[in-house]
Amino acid sequence: MAARPGLVAGVPGRGGGGFRRYATYRVATAAGVFTNTVFGLILVYTYLALWEARPGLGGYDQAQAVTYVWLAQALFAMLAVQGGGFEVELMERVRTGEIAVDLYRPVDPQLWWLANDMGRAVFQLLGRGVVPFLFGALFFPTALPGEPAVWAAFGVSLLLALLVSFAIRYLFALSVFWLLDGQGVGQALMVTGVFCSGMTLPLNAFPGALGDVVRVLPWAAQLQVPADVLMGETAVSGAFAFQAAWAVALLALGRLVQSAATRRVVVQGG
Amino acid sequence: MAWGRSRPVEGLRAYRLIAGMWIRSTLTYRASFALTVCGNLLLSGLDFVAILLMFAQVDALGGWTLPEVALLYGLSVTAFGIAQLAFGSVASLGGRVRDGSFDTLLVRPVPVLAQVAADRFALRRLGRGVQGSVVLGWALVAVDVDWGVVKVLLVPVTVVCGAVIFGSLFVAGGAFQFLAQDASEVQNAFTYGGTTLLQYPPTVFGRDLVRGVTFVLPLAFANWVPAAYLLGRPYPLGLPEGAAFAAPLVAVVCAAAAGAVWRAGLRSYRSTGS
Repeated sequence: MAARPGLVAGVPGRGGGGFRRYATYRVATAAGVFTNTVFGLILVYTYLALWEARPGLGGYDQAQAVTYVWLAQALFAMLAVQGGGFEVELMERVRTGEIAVDLYRPVDPQLWWLANDMGRAVFQLLGRGVVPFLFGALFFPTALPGEPAVWAAFGVSLLLALLVSFAIRYLFALSVFWLLDGQGVGQALMVTGVFCSGMTLPLNAFPGALGDVVRVLPWAAQLQVPADVLMGETAVSGAFAFQAAWAVALLALGRLVQSAATRRVVVQGG
Repeated sequence: MAWGRSRPVEGLRAYRLIAGMWIRSTLTYRASFALTVCGNLLLSGLDFVAILLMFAQVDALGGWTLPEVALLYGLSVTAFGIAQLAFGSVASLGGRVRDGSFDTLLVRPVPVLAQVAADRFALRRLGRGVQGSVVLGWALVAVDVDWGVVKVLLVPVTVVCGAVIFGSLFVAGGAFQFLAQDASEVQNAFTYGGTTLLQYPPTVFGRDLVRGVTFVLPLAFANWVPAAYLLGRPYPLGLPEGAAFAAPLVAVVCAAAAGAVWRAGLRSYRSTGS
């Protein structure tokens, strides 16, 4: 699926009210819902053709492939798969030097941005994710579970997915302390995010060795694992362990890089 | 004001000057420019990688082989790349309306569309067109077609017509932002959605969807219909024999419609705060 502009627009303003901030732009949200639904429609037909030519590809049947499409569209904005969350603002603050002020605040930067991004994610799941998903479930045959326990496990998996997504974007954003300009980093985030998360094709349908590699990378924790948890394609405990391991490792690495980065900050004139 | 020149000529001249200014400004940071072009190339190539991954698992998609789908892809992405390079900036019109800077464009003695289209002219978008034409080149060699003069000529004509059709979409989408400034993403559904849709054979999609992109939003003439002629495949929806050669007519109608929508949008414009 095409990486597309629009999501990346950094909304000005700062602070913890990530949810309220994004909720202000109602028309933009409606436009996003429309676009996600259109892309879902296009993808659904191509996947149906693919699974018709190759039934059972990646262990999915057609209904599961359809479910995957709509799930991907629903989580696309929430998990900032192609970027466009807090990191746009963080990189800009590093570039302009405003980050120096942030470092004076009596809060931990990583937690501060995590809280900010959580607010954004919850809004985008509710505001942008639910409608395309319901549309898909209504008009196409999907494979959704009936048991509440599975949905609860899916919820946990989603939370872990968000932590991994945040941790990846935090690391990319911190690199700007050395690179000073975020444009290339943003692009790298987009390419890796769209491809390695399985936005273009479910990772379990990737062929051969490439498939083996992408399925153990942290991006697999974003979309593929929650999708498999929801559709009962994986053992829940193993899925949680995989996601949690990447979340812990990347968040810890983020802390390390953060302390190295903040030591680098030299404010003009100081 | 350049008296004595017709408005289209004047618009083109202004477009060239403004775009030239942005190109000079971009080329000041050569390394950054080279990197972003590469990034664009890669990003646009991801869609084709997805198609390659699919064909690693199957021999045909909707009955079309890899070179045939690559032909669709190449025509779609090359045409879209040209349109996006020329008119992509229109998509950010909503921002200018919102912050009031659109007013400054109105008082300049230059056609507004030329100014908006050339605004922040992004040469890095060359990446997409280049990537599309590489795939198109490979597809033209790889497909099994009995090339004659007509078929050879049809390829460039299709690319140009496709670019005009996509360009019309960009302009009409920009005009829509006079009404809904925050809705720039709706436009993406038609432009980016359109080029993505056309990368796959029409046989993949539901009949109503194909009808919609043939008769309502005639994207089908940007590649599906001419490609079906080239490959000797049946036209989608059983269109008549000459449909492959209707693309120039469709493109002219699209451009005229986009022009009308643009003028209507511009007339309805009210400055922020009024």
